[in-house]
Amino acid sequence: MGGEAVSRFWREIPQRYNLIGTKCKVCNRIYFPQREVCPFCRRKSIGKMEEVKLSGRGKIVTYTIIHVPPKKFEGQAPYAVAVVELEEGVRVTSQIVDCNLDKIKIGMEVEATFRRIQDDGWTGAIYYGYKFRPVEKHEDKK
Amino acid sequence: MGKVGIVSYGAFIPIHRIKVDDIAKTWGRDGETIKKSLGVYEKSVPSLDEDTATISVEAARHALARAGINPKEIGAIYVGSESHPYAVKPTGTIVGEAIGATPSLMVADYEFACKAGTAAIQSCMALIETGMIKYGLAIGADTAQAAPGDALEYTAAAGGAAFIIGKDGVIAEINGTYSFTTDTPDFWRREGRKYPAHGGRFTGSPAYFRHIINATKCLMEKMGTKPEDYDYAVFHQPNGKFPRAVAKMLGFKEDQIKHGLLCPFIGNTYSGSSLLGLAAVLDVAKPGERILLTSYGSGAGSDSFDITVTDAIESFPKEKAPTVSQLINRKNYIDYAIYAKYRDILYWE
Repeated sequence: MGGEAVSRFWREIPQRYNLIGTKCKVCNRIYFPQREVCPFCRRKSIGKMEEVKLSGRGKIVTYTIIHVPPKKFEGQAPYAVAVVELEEGVRVTSQIVDCNLDKIKIGMEVEATFRRIQDDGWTGAIYYGYKFRPVEKHEDKK
Repeated sequence: MGKVGIVSYGAFIPIHRIKVDDIAKTWGRDGETIKKSLGVYEKSVPSLDEDTATISVEAARHALARAGINPKEIGAIYVGSESHPYAVKPTGTIVGEAIGATPSLMVADYEFACKAGTAAIQSCMALIETGMIKYGLAIGADTAQAAPGDALEYTAAAGGAAFIIGKDGVIAEINGTYSFTTDTPDFWRREGRKYPAHGGRFTGSPAYFRHIINATKCLMEKMGTKPEDYDYAVFHQPNGKFPRAVAKMLGFKEDQIKHGLLCPFIGNTYSGSSLLGLAAVLDVAKPGERILLTSYGSGAGSDSFDITVTDAIESFPKEKAPTVSQLINRKNYIDYAIYAKYRDILYWE
């Protein structure tokens, strides 16, 4: 009954919930999604890849507005999908939420938020993960 | 290390709002009459990709951002809600993983209509008092369901608040708590059913008012306090009128309840309701000020708390997360058609 993707999503929980990437301790490059081996340092990086939690803050490098979405995202269209460059330099592709589509622009500061990504139908598991939204300033105006 | 209390807190309210006028128009009712009778102008609405788990995670992350504690020190997470995304599979495990508190911790989901979040605070208090855990995370959050056209549709909203309970670095001490509980079927949702049912006017006197009044009076008796001893009072807010009425019956003044009365602008966030009110009060409270909090959950029961704000609130970094008023003012209006889509009233596969 459903559950085809459960094990795959479960394995990816650290990445999807908390943007856990890997850092090569030889050259200090950061990777997301995680890598077992650094493609630059190759065998020198074996055993020297460590997990690193990314800040979740970054800027929109480019974006597109989806008007004809895949089935699981039908109710959300039109919505924005962007390539976000995080502070650590890695780029991730993500939906942009809580943002007026007229206001979205390249260079906009965004931060990771926690949302439902999809599910395996009405009876299946629900998959959560990161999406990005415009950065909010929290200075107390009082 | 002193008394058990609130170490940190965080809130979350989805960005979307629908006006009571729009809901009334859909069903051929007069918006002005309904706004006047309920004391509610608009309510928050979750997006299709938001649910009790996502709201809980956002609120918990806001609390952690302000707390400056290692999430691994959290020994228990209790999430109170009547709209857990799964009937079987805890919301708390999702929260635990998303804030980095797993795997050495206790987790359980609570359900007691609108008061499961305050029940979560009590459980955390007990675990801390007995020394079983250092910090506990208590959350009240909901994406409340209401049948299309039902009176509840004007108020059933979404939001939540998270409280880190502990003894170290307490910004507000919990001096005491008291619960008043009876078997009163004023509001319920049967297993497998999508929308709750309620006893109409029966939800008033024998339910909301009886439990809140008794819990609050017994707490004040236990603590030896009077209404005028409190700077703020927060009562559960199913609409804008009940909390005002119950405050008056108990002898509290408008000035004491106004800071925590959010229902007129966001609706009834169920398990989040009284806790968001408490969060809004902590956003403005000063050292030494005293807060009375009484929740209400249909079925029925009330948890009452006597809380004193400590000096630690002055250096507490509130700016590391949005205040409740910032969350309320961050809004995007939607009409009933979009609301119907977001709340899964339209059927499509």
